[in-house]
Amino acid sequence: MIETAAQLVFRRPRSLSTTLTHYCPGCTHGVIHRLVAEAIDDLGLLERTVLVAPVGCAVFAYNYFEFDGVEAAHGRAPAVATGIKRVHPELFVFTYQGDGDLAAIGTAEIVHAAARGENISVVFVNNAIYGMTGGQMAPTTLVGQRTTSTPTGRELSRAGSPIRMSEMLATLDGPVYMARTSVHNPAAIRRAGAAIRRAFACQKAGLGFALVEVLSTCPTNWGLSPRDSLRWLEDKMIPHYPLGEFKMTPAAAAL
Amino acid sequence: MLTRVLMKGNEAFAEGAIRAGCDAYFGYPITPQTELLEYMARRMPELGRVFVQAESEIAAINMVIGAAASGARVMTSSSSPGISLKQEGISYLAGCELPAVIVNVMRGGPGLGNVAPAQGDYFQATKGGGHGVYHSIVLAPASAQEAMDLTALSFDLADRYRTPVMVLADGVVGQIMEPVVLREYEKAVDLPAKDWKAGYNSGRKKNIILSISLEPEVLEGRNKKLVEKYDLIEEREVRWKGHYLEDARLAVVAFGTSARVALTAVRMARAEGLAAGILRPITLFPFPEREIAELASRVDGLVVVEMNQGQMLEDVERVAAGKVGVRFVGRLGGMVPSPEEVLAALRGFEEAAR
Repeated sequence: MIETAAQLVFRRPRSLSTTLTHYCPGCTHGVIHRLVAEAIDDLGLLERTVLVAPVGCAVFAYNYFEFDGVEAAHGRAPAVATGIKRVHPELFVFTYQGDGDLAAIGTAEIVHAAARGENISVVFVNNAIYGMTGGQMAPTTLVGQRTTSTPTGRELSRAGSPIRMSEMLATLDGPVYMARTSVHNPAAIRRAGAAIRRAFACQKAGLGFALVEVLSTCPTNWGLSPRDSLRWLEDKMIPHYPLGEFKMTPAAAAL
Repeated sequence: MLTRVLMKGNEAFAEGAIRAGCDAYFGYPITPQTELLEYMARRMPELGRVFVQAESEIAAINMVIGAAASGARVMTSSSSPGISLKQEGISYLAGCELPAVIVNVMRGGPGLGNVAPAQGDYFQATKGGGHGVYHSIVLAPASAQEAMDLTALSFDLADRYRTPVMVLADGVVGQIMEPVVLREYEKAVDLPAKDWKAGYNSGRKKNIILSISLEPEVLEGRNKKLVEKYDLIEEREVRWKGHYLEDARLAVVAFGTSARVALTAVRMARAEGLAAGILRPITLFPFPEREIAELASRVDGLVVVEMNQGQMLEDVERVAAGKVGVRFVGRLGGMVPSPEEVLAALRGFEEAAR
């Protein structure tokens, strides 16, 4: 007889709740939620974490985690997070925002939170479209991409070019860590997880503002299958939104 | 011993907040309230408290939301155009049932208007202001002393009812410099514990601060709870001050600087034998409805004085319900009514009666 000791190799992070999500099939928000929960577990922050949820598809994100949360108005999450963090510096405060929230209506709030070097963390989910309202053009929609508000494709001459927020914010002195990642395959997911962990560790160490952009899919509003969506992300989005770390101070690199 | 100092109204708001234990202030410069922000910029860091000059009034009110959500006593201030920008945040404060204090030192509008004193934000302040079913408690100081006292009181009211409280002043009250008695404000001892606040979630169910309820049945329930709260506030928190009302045949209703002008007019009227009095609402929401209705049932005429086109006038007329004639004296665009204009309106009643 062979004796085997049961060994736990995989389980739900403590920070992740058992609530079923409202996300569409194939949407990568669920993967990103898990990465967030793993990082918080890993850094031992569950008991002092406050999530600031956005308006958009992640509006109910607080249902899917076990920590406290505040639901912000559209785009205002970095200001709300600033308010929490300034009165309670020992809390771990992060925002989870989509591209419409962060790169359109909330540009002032994200730029100035970054410029002040607020000691908060930002998870920026970029899927190049407005998901919750049914697929309108986002500030990150690619040129030529069809949406319900660009029915013949985004035209450069009328709607301009999609904003690369991470590169833009990396020009500021405030941020200590700024990276763009993706979740289109397991290797990319692993790197995204590591980046989120580093960003969160920056706050824990008191270093300052850190942001991780995560390229994400929207099969429903892109009109693609989940598998084709992952391909579209890789083939179309990554060329416009190159992956990488745009800002890393020596202290952030040492984490 | 009580200390008496010469102080600007705008500084008095700030000092009242500090004395009431304001933990954090978030603001953006705008005339005629900027001295308030500057006072906080100097004093809050000295006291080890939070001061942030935000990138906009919108950011400032959302910082207020964050600080309030995590249990702090928090304030922001602005003037009319900036207060318009804050309306989204004030609606969220009401919807999330978060306590916060907002000072509005009103100036001439609409639009950019000017930086002269006005009272044109009465509707906005008392009827909601932002979207949805809500009210803020609204207090109307008429002096630098009241700027301090009512701001301090606002923090207790905000905590007691978990609601935004607006201190609605005009530019005169902000800019006036007059003696102020520096009082100690004892925080009310019976305020409810903030067990709903976000942060430190070990050993309890998670706390989520939100205003969203997609199911209409649920949102209706939340709305009803708010309405019940406003009913309770109307029952318990009405504040006002009267002068010469006991034997008055004519009465003025006015708030803020208009009330100070009107009080002078009432004294002039008394000097010439007119039995005039004045009722000054200190809370604009809740509005002193019973008191004004009672007044309307026993005087021969009411005069409403405002620095607008007649906004509180609508509430006075509603409450007076046709029991007595109501006349209006108003100046616009940053102009302040004169005692003579108010006196003329009082005399007008007397002449009409002859």
